[in-house]
Amino acid sequence: MFSFLVKRIVSGFVIVVLVSLAVFTLFFYGPKSPALELCRRDTHNRCGPTSPKLEEYEQRLGYNNPMLSEYAKWAKGLVAGRTITIGATDYDCSAPCLGVSYRDRTSVSAQLKERFPITLSLAVGASVLYLLIGVTMGVLAARRRGTTTDRLLVSSTLVFSSVPYYLVALLSMLTLTISTDIFPRVEYHPFLDNPLKWATGLLLVWLVLGIYGSTSYTRYARGSMVESLSEDYVRTARAKGLSNSAVVVKHALRSALVPVATIFGLDFAFLLAGTVFTEKIFGLEGIGKWGLDATYIKDLPVVQATSLVLAVSVVAANILVDILYSFLDPRVRLS
Amino acid sequence: MTTLMSASGAAAGDGPLLAVDNLTVRFPTADGLVHAVTELSYTVELGKTLGIVGESGSGKSVSSMAVLGLHDSRTARIAGSIRIAGEEVVGADQGTLRRIRGNVAAMIFQDALAALHPFKRIGKQLSEAYLVHHPQATKREARRRAIQMLDRVGIPQPERRVDDFSHQFSGGMRQRAMIAMGLINDPSLLIADEPTTALDVTVQAQILDLLQDLQREFNSGVVLITHDLGVVAEVADDVLVMYGGRGVEYGPCREILTHPEMPYTWGLLSSVPDVHADPNARLIPITGNPPSLLDPPAGCLFHPRCAHVHKVSGDLCRTVLPELVPGPRGSGHLKRCHLPDPESIYESEVLPEIAPDLAEVADVGREG
Repeated sequence: MFSFLVKRIVSGFVIVVLVSLAVFTLFFYGPKSPALELCRRDTHNRCGPTSPKLEEYEQRLGYNNPMLSEYAKWAKGLVAGRTITIGATDYDCSAPCLGVSYRDRTSVSAQLKERFPITLSLAVGASVLYLLIGVTMGVLAARRRGTTTDRLLVSSTLVFSSVPYYLVALLSMLTLTISTDIFPRVEYHPFLDNPLKWATGLLLVWLVLGIYGSTSYTRYARGSMVESLSEDYVRTARAKGLSNSAVVVKHALRSALVPVATIFGLDFAFLLAGTVFTEKIFGLEGIGKWGLDATYIKDLPVVQATSLVLAVSVVAANILVDILYSFLDPRVRLS
Repeated sequence: MTTLMSASGAAAGDGPLLAVDNLTVRFPTADGLVHAVTELSYTVELGKTLGIVGESGSGKSVSSMAVLGLHDSRTARIAGSIRIAGEEVVGADQGTLRRIRGNVAAMIFQDALAALHPFKRIGKQLSEAYLVHHPQATKREARRRAIQMLDRVGIPQPERRVDDFSHQFSGGMRQRAMIAMGLINDPSLLIADEPTTALDVTVQAQILDLLQDLQREFNSGVVLITHDLGVVAEVADDVLVMYGGRGVEYGPCREILTHPEMPYTWGLLSSVPDVHADPNARLIPITGNPPSLLDPPAGCLFHPRCAHVHKVSGDLCRTVLPELVPGPRGSGHLKRCHLPDPESIYESEVLPEIAPDLAEVADVGREG
């Protein structure tokens, strides 16, 4: 188990490095200069793609240096911190330094620290909901397989998931919080300050994300349950005289959860990387919205930071799923 | 081992332990009604073993699953009567069924690897079976009981192996654990559905010995489902031969194996390999395929594959379904066949083919 973990962490690290290198490469060799935004802001929009001023900015931001040496500087800042000079100003950026945003010249890691909890709160609440709703519905449909209940459940998930997500989100916000007061206004309060406000402020977002996300889980869980309900060991459990609920939950669901857990881990990682539509529509300043806005204006440090979060979450989720898997399936544990 | 002695065995005061009467099981499918079991009747007494033999798809497993009420009521149509220790199973409510299952009547399934939960420890699965029917028992008692049962079925180091998962057991050990789980509540009826099919021959013999030992010890009635007549010869008191969902020959084991009266049973006997047999003796497979259960043939179900149809006058075999009635050898031996003199056909035509040495003995016996 230990050597397995070490191997996975090392390979995960390599993936994270490759992702961040790829982002660097895009910015260095992309068609539009990343220095343009900063240059425009400083010269009140008198900086064009051909003006000499731009070259000066590129020089200052290091885009004329070899890419790998700039990458090394960035990586060193991440571990040891560094001082960033833009124009006449020096920015002291302590470790873990992710650079300074080209848009407002604030520390990216400080912003990340502020924004990450918002996205994390969204992801945790929504994923707990969609897992619970999805698995419950899936089990229900599987047990009533072939009946009207089953068909109703499955077709309603299909109808629901074929409506574009942003439409669902937008409509529910408009009808449930703005034109009526059915739900409290969506806003973010740190969990540690006031857990109740944290929960009520995000309730609608969780529900929308959770119910929308649960549709695919209903189908996964249903398929997985239908399969495990027909297994010989479920018949054995019945033949022992166990109650129906014990057979379904302790024996059938126990094994049906294994494939669901795998998908869940990856979905959760993607939620962590930012739910762009959700954050944009509900006006939450999370990572997704931040990363999207930064991409428009070629704000390299921010894009680099958000893609780093995505890479790390996906890698970490994969490792966690593997560990979880070995707990769920003892046959994996020993080998 | 006094603690292992059956208390529930006393439940069958009068009448047989298991009485299946006119059992019919049908499954409606998109292609039509599947007649899996039709008008099947048999009884099992305490302490006795009934062997049910037949090809795949002859209704052996379907009928015994019906005994525990394991068919989904939405997909199976069951008619007739099944009484376990006097209690009716067909149409019984879930509460009654749950009380019977694993307690009065237990089942051992054929492929123990698939029939044991892959993610649960063996001991947990055993103690769970104990706890359902002993709600007042503690987990510790149930665990002790599980270890005791594992020990009884011959699993070495049961205190250690009780925490293993099924994939850590060998095939024979898994089947032993399965048996331990079946017997943990001292059931008076044990249904073993091809318990040795997935095992190699030496282990098969061990498992059969174990089953016999335990049956003597617990004095339970056993239904042994198999397609292996060798197994039946070794352990069964009575034999029921099934074909196409119906019983076609039924009687005491020795009687059926030495004086079979139904061509299908002859066919089964002809296809059993025997190590001690004359190497010149032939294995004769039954030609053709088992009948369609969706659309069973008219008349005798076996007539399309039967080599003796021409010995029956007229079109009887093709048009009239023979009744399961006593043959020439007395009321204990039932057969479903129109052949007027099956015994002489068996001795003159079948026996010489499958066991020439036995046939000679029979000839000499008749002359002398």
